[in-house]
Amino acid sequence: MRIIITILQKEFRQIFRNRTMLPIIFVLPLIQTLVLVYAATLELKNAPVAIVDYDNSTLSHEIVSHFDASPFFGLKAGEYSAAYVADELKYDRSKAVIIIPRGFQHDVQAGLPASIQMNINAIDGQSAGLIGIYAEKIIGSAIRRSAGPVVLPPSVSLAKIDVKPRYLYNETLNFKHFMLPGILTILVTMIGCFLTALNLIREKEMGTIEQINVSPVGKFQFLIGKILPFWVIGLFDLALGIGIGMWLFHLPFAGSVLTLFVLASVYLFTAIGLGILVTDFARTQQQVMFTLFFFFLLFVLMSGIFTSVESMPHWAQEVNRINPVYYFMKGIRMILLKGSGLGDIAIELISLGVLGSLVMAVGVWQYRKTS
Amino acid sequence: MKRFAGFLLKEFTHIFRDIRTMMILFAIPVFQILIFGFVIKNEIQDVKVAVLDFSGSGKAAELINRIDASKDFEVVEMVHTYDAAEELFRRAVVKEVIVIESDFGKKLYSPKGASVQLLLDASDPNMANLVSSYTTAMIVKFLAETNNTGGEQIQPTVETRMWYNENLKSAYMFVPGTMALILMLITAMMSSISIVREKETGTMEVLLVSPLNRWQIVFGKVTPYILISVVNACSVIAIGNLVFGVPIHGSVVLLFAEALLFILLALSIGIFISSVVKNQMMAMFISMFVLMLPTLLLSGFIFPIENMPIVLQWLSVIVPAKYFLEIIKMIMLKGGGMAEIWKPTLVLFSMTLFFLGMSVKKFKSRLE
Repeated sequence: MRIIITILQKEFRQIFRNRTMLPIIFVLPLIQTLVLVYAATLELKNAPVAIVDYDNSTLSHEIVSHFDASPFFGLKAGEYSAAYVADELKYDRSKAVIIIPRGFQHDVQAGLPASIQMNINAIDGQSAGLIGIYAEKIIGSAIRRSAGPVVLPPSVSLAKIDVKPRYLYNETLNFKHFMLPGILTILVTMIGCFLTALNLIREKEMGTIEQINVSPVGKFQFLIGKILPFWVIGLFDLALGIGIGMWLFHLPFAGSVLTLFVLASVYLFTAIGLGILVTDFARTQQQVMFTLFFFFLLFVLMSGIFTSVESMPHWAQEVNRINPVYYFMKGIRMILLKGSGLGDIAIELISLGVLGSLVMAVGVWQYRKTS
Repeated sequence: MKRFAGFLLKEFTHIFRDIRTMMILFAIPVFQILIFGFVIKNEIQDVKVAVLDFSGSGKAAELINRIDASKDFEVVEMVHTYDAAEELFRRAVVKEVIVIESDFGKKLYSPKGASVQLLLDASDPNMANLVSSYTTAMIVKFLAETNNTGGEQIQPTVETRMWYNENLKSAYMFVPGTMALILMLITAMMSSISIVREKETGTMEVLLVSPLNRWQIVFGKVTPYILISVVNACSVIAIGNLVFGVPIHGSVVLLFAEALLFILLALSIGIFISSVVKNQMMAMFISMFVLMLPTLLLSGFIFPIENMPIVLQWLSVIVPAKYFLEIIKMIMLKGGGMAEIWKPTLVLFSMTLFFLGMSVKKFKSRLE
């Protein structure tokens, strides 16, 4: 026990003395929560759109002013002709160019087939789809507005259903509340996995591990000294990140603090175990970094950070059973946003626990004092 | 020159004998692009829903059957109380609960119509939005069939033409994006780390007293990574083209020339990083945060730059990947040539010169 305390003292002292480590521990959560959350938005806002108005009628002006008023689009000033379309899209000056043909209002009022042409830069397919849907809605409402209330034929016998969606847990569909837990997951993973592994391999690469090997410090005492500090730092950073999120982005904390930290502790245990496991089979920091980076990328992309896991093909969902990031990503979102309790996340917690024990056991078992 | 060749040989042997790291370096882009292509999807399929039916009417059962039968939805549970519904949400069993009011059957044909409430788990807002619009569309279709109304009114239509990507394939985004990320990261991270490693372990001293001059040492260390990066660029473009059907409308030669320029820029950034940091851990974290995150987030790879707050839009101006993506998309997807891309090319070129110049200055000051 005395030895463990001494080792811990050494590790903490080394970490807090290290000018590299301190900024990583304290600045990382700040940057991640501040920059990433703002950058990671799929909401359509002020998409530049140009309108070529050949009709120049009350109706076409109504359409133009509807676009001008919409928060989704930023109407580009100036007169455009159809000759500009290709250039506007090619040089990314506009996301969409809408062409209202001559005689549009006349045709609409006369009940003749009329159409508006919309050209969208679709390289970003997802945004293009959104732009198409929103633009059609705006055009539709402009036409209805200018045509006045439509008198429907009396249709008493027709079935009618009014669909009322209600968005639970995130009424305003705030994308930040979805992204923030995901970004905190990345943060905790980096601290747990990367810092532990780099710290451990550095002793190996620099040769200082030899000094510890000849000392009376046992394998377990040494490893506990390496595990515990980053476990504490990881939890601290998670708390810091959530604090910033609650303060700046009004991130809800619907569940209990205890549930979250139980889950986070188990997850960090797994992440650190993974770090140790990778270190066992490496000699240099470079090897460790790229091996970890490879798995990190794989695990994070598969975990459903940007898109729902349910949309993935079945084999990918099966692969996710051995993906610790997936369990934590799901769990932290459930706890923060939906207030799920320990009972609700039991499956995630147990799976993570089994996975973590396995990884840690192999990692510690493979660790050798002698090479 | 012979000395340099010898040193180069040593570096190549050094890197290529570590088979595992080599495999990982070549596997990263392949795996990343395959995951983006086959795993990350934004469409919905088999969304699990529950039904809270207060009415028990035949029409409601018909509607539910219809929804269950579609490939988009799967009705997994019938619940009887709101509490039970909420429990399902908390355990993340379903994404949506369809609530049918008690006198649904009676109200359906009344002038006001019946109402259906959709409860959505909006902890994933995009998903919630998609699910709600799909469900609404299903209900509208159900109504149209029930009413069997023909003869629609003539409505003005919107003819939409999707330029450059008619089928809205996501590959058009992630193939260029992956290329930028991989080239920047592997090149800059590997080269900075490998130079810093010599410093950290003290072997730099050995190299410095050798007859090689500083620049020979630096270029000897980074040349193998140019080769690795070129191979990676090829594999990304090949997979993108052959597996995901991303076209190359412009000149292939120009595409590779630009890729090479970007690799050189990444190298010069790597060299610059190695001249300012002292240990590998710092080199890695700088590479991660100053290079990886902006390349991923501020370049327009995943998230459109126009949607970001204005401060981040300004910040994106100094992200090299932003210009590289502009160039790649122009060449591959829009079929542009030098006339369209000289501006971003010039920016990348100046950035390369800037970082090389800064590194030279750093190296010189260390001589004194």
